[in-house]
Amino acid sequence: MQATTIVKEKADAHAHEEHHHEPGFWQKYIFSTDHKVIGIQYGITSLVFLFLGFCLMACMRWQIAYPGQPIPVVGPLLEAVLGEVAAGGIMAPDLYNSFGAMHGTIMVFMAIVPLVFAAFGNYVVPLMIGAPDMAFPRINMVSFDFFFIGCVIMFVSFFIPGGAAQAGWTSYSPLATSIPTDGQTFWLIAMIMLITSSLLGAVNFIATIIQLRAPGMTWMRMPFFVWAQFVTAFLLLLAFPPLETAGLMQLMDKVFHTSFFLPSGLIVGGSPADISGGGSPLLWQHLFWFLGHPEVYVLILPAIGMVAEIIANNIRKPLYGYKTMVYSVMVLGFLSFIVWAHHMYLTGMGNTISAFFQTTTMIISIPSVILLTCLFMSLWGGSIRFNTPMLFALAFLPMFGIGGLTGLPLGFNFSDIHLHDTYYVIAHFHYVVAPGTIFGIFAGIYYWYPKATGRMMNEFWGKIHFWSSFIFMNAVFQPMFAQGMAGIHRRMYDGGATYAGVADPASGVVSVPLKFIEMNKGITLAAFMLGVSQIPFILNFFMSMKNGKKVESDNPWESTTLEWQTPTPPPHGNFDKEIRVYRGPYEYSVPGADKDYTPQNEPRKADPKADQKKEDADK
Amino acid sequence: MDIPFTTKPRPDTGLYNAKLGIWLFLASEVMLFGALFSSYIMLRIGAPEGTWPAPGTMLDPIPGAINTVVLIISSITVVLAWVSLKFNNFEQYRKYQAATLACALAFMCIKAYEYHGKFNHYEVIKTDGSIVDGHMHEETDEHVILTVHALEEEHDDHAHAEGDGHNHAGGGAPAEGDDHAVEKEGGSPYLGPEPNVDPTTGEHLHGEITILKSDIEKMENYGPWHSTYLAIYFTLTGLHALHVCGGALVIFMIWGPLAGQWKTDPERYTNRVEVSGLFWHFVDLVWIFLFPILYLL
Repeated sequence: MQATTIVKEKADAHAHEEHHHEPGFWQKYIFSTDHKVIGIQYGITSLVFLFLGFCLMACMRWQIAYPGQPIPVVGPLLEAVLGEVAAGGIMAPDLYNSFGAMHGTIMVFMAIVPLVFAAFGNYVVPLMIGAPDMAFPRINMVSFDFFFIGCVIMFVSFFIPGGAAQAGWTSYSPLATSIPTDGQTFWLIAMIMLITSSLLGAVNFIATIIQLRAPGMTWMRMPFFVWAQFVTAFLLLLAFPPLETAGLMQLMDKVFHTSFFLPSGLIVGGSPADISGGGSPLLWQHLFWFLGHPEVYVLILPAIGMVAEIIANNIRKPLYGYKTMVYSVMVLGFLSFIVWAHHMYLTGMGNTISAFFQTTTMIISIPSVILLTCLFMSLWGGSIRFNTPMLFALAFLPMFGIGGLTGLPLGFNFSDIHLHDTYYVIAHFHYVVAPGTIFGIFAGIYYWYPKATGRMMNEFWGKIHFWSSFIFMNAVFQPMFAQGMAGIHRRMYDGGATYAGVADPASGVVSVPLKFIEMNKGITLAAFMLGVSQIPFILNFFMSMKNGKKVESDNPWESTTLEWQTPTPPPHGNFDKEIRVYRGPYEYSVPGADKDYTPQNEPRKADPKADQKKEDADK
Repeated sequence: MDIPFTTKPRPDTGLYNAKLGIWLFLASEVMLFGALFSSYIMLRIGAPEGTWPAPGTMLDPIPGAINTVVLIISSITVVLAWVSLKFNNFEQYRKYQAATLACALAFMCIKAYEYHGKFNHYEVIKTDGSIVDGHMHEETDEHVILTVHALEEEHDDHAHAEGDGHNHAGGGAPAEGDDHAVEKEGGSPYLGPEPNVDPTTGEHLHGEITILKSDIEKMENYGPWHSTYLAIYFTLTGLHALHVCGGALVIFMIWGPLAGQWKTDPERYTNRVEVSGLFWHFVDLVWIFLFPILYLL
């Protein structure tokens, strides 16, 4: 990275000379204020946690498929590290619970959100809008530091006596408060750190997008990814604080023995709890899901944004209905604040409230479908390049479609009564997040890798990675729909094996057909194979840094957006020339143009000066 | 490399970066405190009858009112400080901002006094079921001495709070003759002995009461664990006090250690004062909502 870039700042009246000096290792890579370095820091950290979250799940899958049998290879290792909860390499129920809770927490808050929002957002957004950096580079660094501290606290909680939090990623009270170990306290403190990090990040993104757009980069000339990040940042900014509040209150319950979420007359372990009572367990659920649902869109919107960029680039024509997509994403962002209680139909909150949230939930599917439809329509008549990023982006569309459409039966409260808390729910949201968002992330990594490193990732291994991931993802989650509809509960330690043996019509206990239990073995095998499928990716990722094909130009994908109009990799300050935007984000295959893409910063041939005058007048 | 619009406003938005940033941050703060206020409403509506203290019975409104005035004064001085800078009068700015900091300190002192009063205030349930409610005077290994105020005041101050105490005292308290329903000002009856009544003579206690440790069934002070009302009181005011400390710290840093920037980049320095002032106003505004819902309503 060059430290001696000269970026003239015209807007700043008293631009003073900056004394550049070569920063040391710590300043350059650890305590950096450069948005690209911070983006990569977020990326590496969250990819590590993505892997950890997968490993937790893999252990659980073994326990579900082969209850009570020692986990091969990993079992003794778990026993050595975690002690008696993994005695003999067999998962104890407590360990299963804590792995389940931490799988959710790690995947949502420490892997996917930091990847799609913080990592890609940090790296790509300032480049796309032609900014030299984020609006507040030092706050950006502090934001990562908070995130990292939160991750460390969360990780350390595995090794404290009693292990990590066990009450699920939703941490419902009074269960979360009543478990007599300290895991939940660690969880809460770590969450407060992660939320603080997100808040600082969100402020930074919004300020950057509003303030630092290059001259000529009007709102409707912003790439769709920037719009998606903009809306996402608002979701984080406004939805996360209530969870911070809820976290503080649960921490008070846990540490100072208040009763915010603990009702009067609570019995814990057979004896009355020594609490003042008078609290409301439902309050926690409301506060949690007030974040929880916008969080779903935090997970998915940036991924849709990335997919839109990659699709536009590889169909070599403009996106269909760009403005419609922009308005849809705004409506989606707004509506996501008023659908949260569809997670709570079975809490007995009342028919009127259920009816309201059922209605808003159905309405929110409209902008989601518009987004997806626009992306599908974009493909029509394009001359599609099937490279690795495009394959992942294309796979995203039907996968997200399945995930979204299977959500409708959960959004209706009558069908939710049957499906609630079954494997159907797991299959539904994993289709949105795993083959959905994670495929978006893979697409993004393959797509922007050459910008960050100057080398391409290997196409052959990329395609192996794609096809194997695609097959095994579906093999993991597709059978869960069937299991869920058969009624298998999602939180069973033995994967429903107890159902199989019990069929006693007299007591009303009905057995689940054995074939649905047997599916567990297939799912576990597929999950293992899914893990194996990531080996080509991991190797490709690291090996390509040294041995990948060098990019021939700064714009290897022949893209129109501004991040490709910088040196590769972009230096500190990003642009080595003054950047000015003259056109919309997707001017591919413009009739009469000499090449099939026209970058946003390319002046109109006829009279560039007239353009500039118009822009100045617009201001 | 320079970030654009750190000092000068961007023409189309009319804002410099930090000003937009602080408004966005305040939006998230509104949601943070908004969630707490909503929780207050839900907890209060859902509270079992007679357990939520009647207005003014749990907290003395006088220190709260003084604190309200103190914060409003600080809001004025923080604006005057910024205006002084705009008029290029650095010395005057230093004086006004010193007044702001003094107000912040006064606020925290009064708050600490109020907190101390609560943590020092004990409710003792004796093994015979009677209750002594007063401020801790002395505690040794054998006994505690509580100072109990005269009857009228005591009754006004704490009668309503008692309902809470009994929800959990229930297991040990014997249901004897003195376990009678007491009519409260609010009209809601509750079961349980009246505090500070001698169980044998029926006389009201006052002055310094000595209780042997062996006679104590349960002793608890009026901390956040005591009742839902106190829980939300301590959480709201505690979080607010953290904001006061944070705001005061930033204002102090700009006022003292970072004041050199006034010479090198006066416009940016003035902006910093403005932004910290915006945050300070928000902190004041939160208190304006806190005071009535906790002390008066």
